[in-house]
Amino acid sequence: MAKSVIQEFTKGLWTEVPPYRLVLGLCPTLAMTKQVDMGFGMGLAVTFVLVGSNVLISLLRKVIPKNVRIACFIVVVATFVIVVELLMQAYTYELFLKMGIFIPLIVVNCIPLGRAEAFCYKKGVLPSFADGLGMGLGYTISLTVLAIIREVLGNGTFFNQPISFLGPTFQPFSFMTTAPGAFVCLGLMLCIMNLLGKK
Amino acid sequence: MREMLKLFVVVTLFGAISGGILAGVRAGTQERIEYQQIKFVKGPAILQIMKGCTNDPLTTRFKIKDGKEERAFFVGVFDGKPNTVAFEATGKGYGGEIPIIVAVNVDNDRIVGVGVTTHRETPGVGARVQSDAKFTNQFKGQSIKEPFKVKAEGGKIDAISGATVSSRGVMGAVVSSGEIYNRLKSNILDKMKSIKS
Repeated sequence: MAKSVIQEFTKGLWTEVPPYRLVLGLCPTLAMTKQVDMGFGMGLAVTFVLVGSNVLISLLRKVIPKNVRIACFIVVVATFVIVVELLMQAYTYELFLKMGIFIPLIVVNCIPLGRAEAFCYKKGVLPSFADGLGMGLGYTISLTVLAIIREVLGNGTFFNQPISFLGPTFQPFSFMTTAPGAFVCLGLMLCIMNLLGKK
Repeated sequence: MREMLKLFVVVTLFGAISGGILAGVRAGTQERIEYQQIKFVKGPAILQIMKGCTNDPLTTRFKIKDGKEERAFFVGVFDGKPNTVAFEATGKGYGGEIPIIVAVNVDNDRIVGVGVTTHRETPGVGARVQSDAKFTNQFKGQSIKEPFKVKAEGGKIDAISGATVSSRGVMGAVVSSGEIYNRLKSNILDKMKSIKS
């Protein structure tokens, strides 16, 4: 084994963090970071799907024929996504209404499918689990950080609660909550990540 | 040939197992999802048209079988008596079905209020059937047995100008709620008796 299980886990948190380093899963990164609860919820939903589909695909990698592997991956990922959707409907209905179409869209998000194809189809269960958990948490942290920046600056709130230390003179920078604001914010984040990652 | 057969079997099995799991999860979460939908989708409309009731209509509810369907009824207590019942009916609008909540006073069969819940009507045009209180207020106090029509057809209701189809959709929903009410009235009265005020 080239890398230890711990390394498989930690790479998702920094060196291969999905939206900033792999530049994958950008659609929800842009759309779901208007508010912190949306970004955080999206991250957790993706984490659940990733861990589940990674482990299952790694377990079944000997059974899945090469020619139809993509179809099988999609079925596995889609199953977990619908489970998440039903669970969110049952327990966090308000968040479900806010996130709407972006929950089923996790199926076509490149992260679960990409990890299945690039990693789990070749590796054992334990590294796949670590990979899924690491990637998922990395994604959650990335989305949450972006959402904090956008919500605090754009709306003057945090988790929908007004922030008092900004003072009464604080004017919300509402550009941050718009779609172009998401692009600019993500671009700056990528820039910072690239600067930090330079050797 | 053998290879092809294997592919076929594997994909079919994947589909079947996944379908089975999803059916199980759905069955497990159905009741909870139904409650959440009542709370967040129908809830606001019910609470709005039942303004002034002294109980929580969302928890004071019962179900009646109507043919193959099961309908949910929400009871409102006014002046210490549980005398109002709210339920859902649908009519055909411009962008699909328009679900509405109708509240009826069971003592005199008159409408207490009408509220549109989730619809897919054109924003700014047909969607006004939900936001324009002037339109829905026209139903207040009318008998539920009335065959509602627009003024142009000799009826009592002013349609929203520019949104005739959506207005008719709501009217159709109110008329069908009248049919449901007439069909199930004896069952409704039976169930209401068991509710403490």
